[in-house]
Amino acid sequence: MVFDVLVEVSPRQGIADPQGQTIERSLPALGFGEVSGVRVGKAIRFQVSSESEAVARAEVTDMCARFLTNPVIEDSAVSLTPRP
Amino acid sequence: MSTVIGVVQFPGSNCEADVVEAASGLGADARLLWHGDATISPGVDAVVVPGGFAHGDYLRPGAIARFSPVISAVSDFARGGGPVVGICNGFQVLTEAGLLPGALRKNDGLRFLCTTVEVEVVATRSALTSTTSAGEVLRLPINHFEGAFTCDDATLEELGANDQIVLRYVDNPNGSIDDIAGICNEEGNVVGLMPHPERATSELLGSSDGIGLLRSLIDSASVPSR
Repeated sequence: MVFDVLVEVSPRQGIADPQGQTIERSLPALGFGEVSGVRVGKAIRFQVSSESEAVARAEVTDMCARFLTNPVIEDSAVSLTPRP
Repeated sequence: MSTVIGVVQFPGSNCEADVVEAASGLGADARLLWHGDATISPGVDAVVVPGGFAHGDYLRPGAIARFSPVISAVSDFARGGGPVVGICNGFQVLTEAGLLPGALRKNDGLRFLCTTVEVEVVATRSALTSTTSAGEVLRLPINHFEGAFTCDDATLEELGANDQIVLRYVDNPNGSIDDIAGICNEEGNVVGLMPHPERATSELLGSSDGIGLLRSLIDSASVPSR
């Protein structure tokens, strides 16, 4: 099976996110004064071929821990979508 | 025979020549180590991982560089007790390679900092501070965007308890935890710091306070502890 993978990398809770803070402070200038909790991260997309979703998820989680994120400062959220 | 300092050169390094120049000026035999080489020649007494943007800082600073063959060799060298110093981007590479704890995040205020700051020597048992005195204040240039050292509470406690905090900012410019500007590993032979001692080796450059640090490294490298 082939899965479309989306890894969303974001600063860990408790780690300062100066990009998010700057965006949050800027939005009221355009009239969006009700926005809070802005966090800026990055999205990494790829395909992975695997025998099952569980195996694919385990592989991607391992990639996140060892390479795609720095666990000291970043969290990741993994989404898998099977290709038809 | 003069002490041999190997200075790692990645694609994107930009301070390697400065380190070679500074170390040579202090009597060391400084030479470049190519990132693609999987071994460090037996004559090298100490290794510096210099500043710059190794591999373009793709993904994160240091994230790609730690896969370079030379980093495996540097890890072996460090495990054998050899002195290794990472400056700026080199500090980021050493944390990504697992040779030093913690990580460097973006500066508070999202500001690229290019200025001279005061740092205070804390631990004097490291390869970079052995000839300096605790409490000594040094004026050193900084030049970074992702230079705020951070780590979890348990790691911070260990750093303090094991005397691994090497340098602290007098007036914290980037929001680093506990004002940390530089740390070492438990053994003291691996050191990472954000300021650039190699750019502070002459009053003509605004400060010569980096000399004591580089002198310490050369002295540590001369001790046949391996």
